[in-house]
Amino acid sequence: MKKLLAFALTIGLGVLIIFALDANTSFDDFGYADLSERVSSRYITKDSTADIIFGVTQDPESGAANIVTSIVVDYRSFDTLGEVTVLFISALGVSLLLGSAVTQKRLSLDFKPNFMLRVASRALFGIIIMTGVYIILHGHLTPGGGFPGGTMIASAMLLLYLADDQFRAKIKSFKILEGVAGSLYVVIGLVGLVLGTYFLQNFLPNGTVGDLLSSGIIPIVYILIGLKVGSEISGVIDNFLTEEVEQ
Amino acid sequence: MIQYAAILLMMIGLYGLLTNRNVIKIIVSLNVLEIGLNIFIISIGFIYDGIAPILTSTNNSSGLIFVDPLPQALVLTAIVIGVGTTALGLAIVKSIYSKYKTLEIDEMEEA
Repeated sequence: MKKLLAFALTIGLGVLIIFALDANTSFDDFGYADLSERVSSRYITKDSTADIIFGVTQDPESGAANIVTSIVVDYRSFDTLGEVTVLFISALGVSLLLGSAVTQKRLSLDFKPNFMLRVASRALFGIIIMTGVYIILHGHLTPGGGFPGGTMIASAMLLLYLADDQFRAKIKSFKILEGVAGSLYVVIGLVGLVLGTYFLQNFLPNGTVGDLLSSGIIPIVYILIGLKVGSEISGVIDNFLTEEVEQ
Repeated sequence: MIQYAAILLMMIGLYGLLTNRNVIKIIVSLNVLEIGLNIFIISIGFIYDGIAPILTSTNNSSGLIFVDPLPQALVLTAIVIGVGTTALGLAIVKSIYSKYKTLEIDEMEEA
């Protein structure tokens, strides 16, 4: 009976959503979105009337070749600061609920990892970290950035945890790294406030679109986000893979 | 078509939230709901023949037709928040299990 009620409710809600959006003339049909009526056209063309050309245009309003990055870390950077804060609070909540990392012992594996597994996972660890750092550094030029890159670094930590039954990360230094990266993000925002006019203003020169060293503070902020996300998710992984020592 | 699929996914997640009595399954339903919503938000910005909103050496001008970058930026935020809430939820589930030794809500009354 309850399941029938839930089924009717979800079907009703789905049909309601579909019909409401279908009848709404201001909701664009799939595949025919009109960007000139949206704020996104401003993000693509920036403030210039001429087209922005890759490798040619000097010092546009926001210099990232990846337009999504220029939204996430430049136009809506304050949003991203809030997002990083949410991630920080949830990581803090996980470590509060599962106990402090210092007094705990890691979970033992059901099998004994042999020599080959340990050596191969160490070799893979370097490659995964390298890919993560590459993704973070090229966040303003290619798809990627601080969030996926940081998650990759955390996945390398997870690999070591799963492949080696003795491995335990130094969680304390991760906590320090996380705090320093988060504070530096706020400090960069305050420097923008002092040198410019508003919080998190891009106060460095933008350079040429498409260069590695371009788009002002965007790569710096993305490196900080990458370090913060990587250390936070590594801390969460450590919290889930440890348990209280039985006295 | 993909928008209908996204709404269907959202409704599957909502149905799972309403009917499941297992804590892990509730969190999985929440994630299905969230993925459906993310796909729907991205689909709003899709344009036929539009390219990914990244300037490269081949697609080198902002005068080309790009898909809408704003929904993608918002979904990037939503995914990260989703990871945070899922981790927090699973931590709560772990402490629930260590207290009640069960994951079913109906069996948690005593103890």
